Amino acid sequence: MIQLNNIHKTYNNGTPLHVLKGINLTIQKGEFVSIMGASGSGKSTLLNILGILDSYDSGEYLLNNVLIKNLSETKAAYYRNRMIGFIFQSFNLIPFKNAMENVALPLFYQGMNRKKRNALALEYLDKLGLKEWAHHMPNELSGGQKQRVAIARALITKPQMILADEPTGALDSKTSIEVMQILKELHDNEQLTIIVVTHESGIANQTNKIIHIKDGIIEYIENNFNHTAYHFEKDGYIK
Amino acid sequence: MLDLFQEIYATIIRNKLRTILTGFAVTWGIFMLIVLLGAGNGLLHAFEGQNQNIKMNSIKIFPGFTSIPFHGWQQGRKITLKEQDRLFTQQTFHENVISTGANISHTSTLSFKKEIQSIELQGVFPNYTELENIQMKKGRFINQRDMEEKRKTIVLHEKTANIFFNGKNPIGQYINSQGVAYKVIGIYTDLNMFTPPAFIPFTTLQLIYQKGDTIDNIIFTTKGLTNEAKNEQFQHDYKAALGELKQFASDDGSAIWIWNRFTQYLQQQSAKQILRIAIWVIGIFTLLSGIVGVSNIMLITVRERTHEFGIRKALGAKPSSILWLIISESITITSFFGYIGMVAGIGVTEYINQLMGKQTVDIGITSMTVFENPTVDISIAIQATLTLIIAGTLAGLFPALKAIKIKPIEALRAN
Repeated sequence: MIQLNNIHKTYNNGTPLHVLKGINLTIQKGEFVSIMGASGSGKSTLLNILGILDSYDSGEYLLNNVLIKNLSETKAAYYRNRMIGFIFQSFNLIPFKNAMENVALPLFYQGMNRKKRNALALEYLDKLGLKEWAHHMPNELSGGQKQRVAIARALITKPQMILADEPTGALDSKTSIEVMQILKELHDNEQLTIIVVTHESGIANQTNKIIHIKDGIIEYIENNFNHTAYHFEKDGYIK
Repeated sequence: MLDLFQEIYATIIRNKLRTILTGFAVTWGIFMLIVLLGAGNGLLHAFEGQNQNIKMNSIKIFPGFTSIPFHGWQQGRKITLKEQDRLFTQQTFHENVISTGANISHTSTLSFKKEIQSIELQGVFPNYTELENIQMKKGRFINQRDMEEKRKTIVLHEKTANIFFNGKNPIGQYINSQGVAYKVIGIYTDLNMFTPPAFIPFTTLQLIYQKGDTIDNIIFTTKGLTNEAKNEQFQHDYKAALGELKQFASDDGSAIWIWNRFTQYLQQQSAKQILRIAIWVIGIFTLLSGIVGVSNIMLITVRERTHEFGIRKALGAKPSSILWLIISESITITSFFGYIGMVAGIGVTEYINQLMGKQTVDIGITSMTVFENPTVDISIAIQATLTLIIAGTLAGLFPALKAIKIKPIEALRAN
C-alpha cells in the first residue's frame, strides 16, 4: 500500500531545518498503524507527505504502486480526493456549512449532484450516530461530535487509507477513547488502512503497530496486539 | 451551477457587512457615473437644442464706425450698408455664398380694434427662418411672392397676437399700422424675446417707410467654408473687398462687424468636447474607486479564507475550482451591486428628467435653456456596468491566483 524509500525533507525558513533524514517504511493494506514521537521529531511532516499535502526533497513515495513525486496540484488533489481520508487535530470543518454539507464536500469535488451526496452524507452521519445533528453548524457541536463529523467526511469517498493527525489532541480522554474506538472498528470491520500520528502512548497503544520516530529517522517499530495489558489505560480511560 | 451559487450565497451571508461595504462601493461608483453623465448630457442637450433649427453656415454683417483714417477720410466715419452691398456680396463671393438676405427695421405702432401696441417692424427676406432661431406656430412665413409683389403681409409673435386677438384665430385678419393694413399670415415663437418684432417683407418695408437703399445688416449663408482657417480667410477677403467698395481700411476692426455663426459653432463644439472629456475622466475615476474597493475586499477575503481553501484542497479541491469560486464570488457581488447602481442611476436621471427635464433661465431680454433631457443612453449604462464587472473579475483574479499557489499544508496552517 505505502512504500517509502529514503525520504528526505528539509525546510528552508531562514536556517535550513533537516526534518526527515531518510525514512524507509512499508505499510501493508489494512494495517492499523500509529506514528509516535516527540514534537519536532518529524512525525507530522511524514504524515503530510503521506497525505500528498507536502512535498519531499529526495527519495521515493509509492502509493498503491503510483509514484507520488512532483505531482501537479490538480493531480495531487485528485489522489487526495479518491484515495485518502484526513482527520485533523483541529477538525478543520468549514464553519459556515452544517454537518451534512461538511461531510458531503469531498463528493462535491467528485462532481456528484447535490441530492445524492447529501443523502450519502446523512447515511454516514447516521453510522456515526449524528443523524439528529446533521443540520447543525460546527459551532453548535461538541469536540467529540465535530471529530465524528470529520471522520464521516474522511470516510464518505471510501478511501483506502485514513490519515489522522493527532485526532484526539483537542479532545478529553473519554471522547478520545470513543474516537479511537471508531477508528478501531473501521479497521476491524472495513479493513481500512489507518495511520494515526500521536505523541500520546495511550493512543498509540490502541493501534497494532507503533512506529517510533526520533530526530527525523525511524527509531524502531513495535508490534502491539495486546491493547488492554498496557499500563497507560485504566478503567477504560486513557492516561 | 446551483452548487456554486449556494457556496457564494453562504460566504456572502457569513460576511454581510463586508459584502455590503464592497457592494456599496460598486453601487456608488456606477450610480455616480450615470448621474454625472446624465447631468453632463443635460448640459450638452441644452447646448444642442439652442442651435437646433439654425443654419450653422451663416454670416451677419453689421455696419460700424471707422477707426483708421483712409484715403483722406477721417476716422470715426459712419459706414452704412446699402442694398447694393448685399448684391455685391452675392455676386463677388458667389463661390462661397449660397443666398443673401438683409434686414431693415422701422419702429411703429400696431392697432386692432381698441388695442394699440408699439412695435418694431422688421423687413426680412424669406430665408430669415433658416438663419434665426424662430419657429412658426401657425400659418406661414414671408415668401418669395410677398417679396416680389411687395405684399402687405405680416408675421406676428405669439405674445403680440395674444394681446390683439385674445385666443381667436388671427390668420387672415387685417391689422393696422399707422394707416397701413397688413394681413396676418403667420404666428411665430422664439427664445422668449423681451420685445419681439413683427416681420413684413423686406421690399414692403423699404417701399412704405421710404428707407431707400439703406439696410441694417446683411445676412448670408455660406458653402465650402469647412474649417476655421477657411472662415478666417473668407472674412479677411470679404472685409478687404467691402473696404474697397465702401472706402475703409481692410484692417479696420470696427468699420464693419462680422458675426460668423460657424466659428462660434466651432468654439461651442470644442467647449462641448472639453466638457464631455471632463465628464468621462471624472466618471472613469469614480468607476476606478469602485474597482479598487472590490479588489481590496477580494484581497482581504482571500487572505481570510486561506485556511478554508486549505481544507478544501485537502479534501480534493482542484486549483481551478478554488479559482472559480473566488472569481465567481467577485463577479456576483459586482454584477449584483453594479446592477442596483445602474438601475438607481437611471431611475434618478429619469426622475430628474420628469421633474425638471427642460430647465430654462430667464436672463431678461431672452431666456436660455440650460438643462435638457439629463438622461444617459442605456447602452452606455450597460457598458459602464460591464466594465465594472470585468474589472471586478480581474480584481478577484490576482488574489485568487495567489491563493491557489499556496501549498495545501501551508494553507491549513494559516489561521
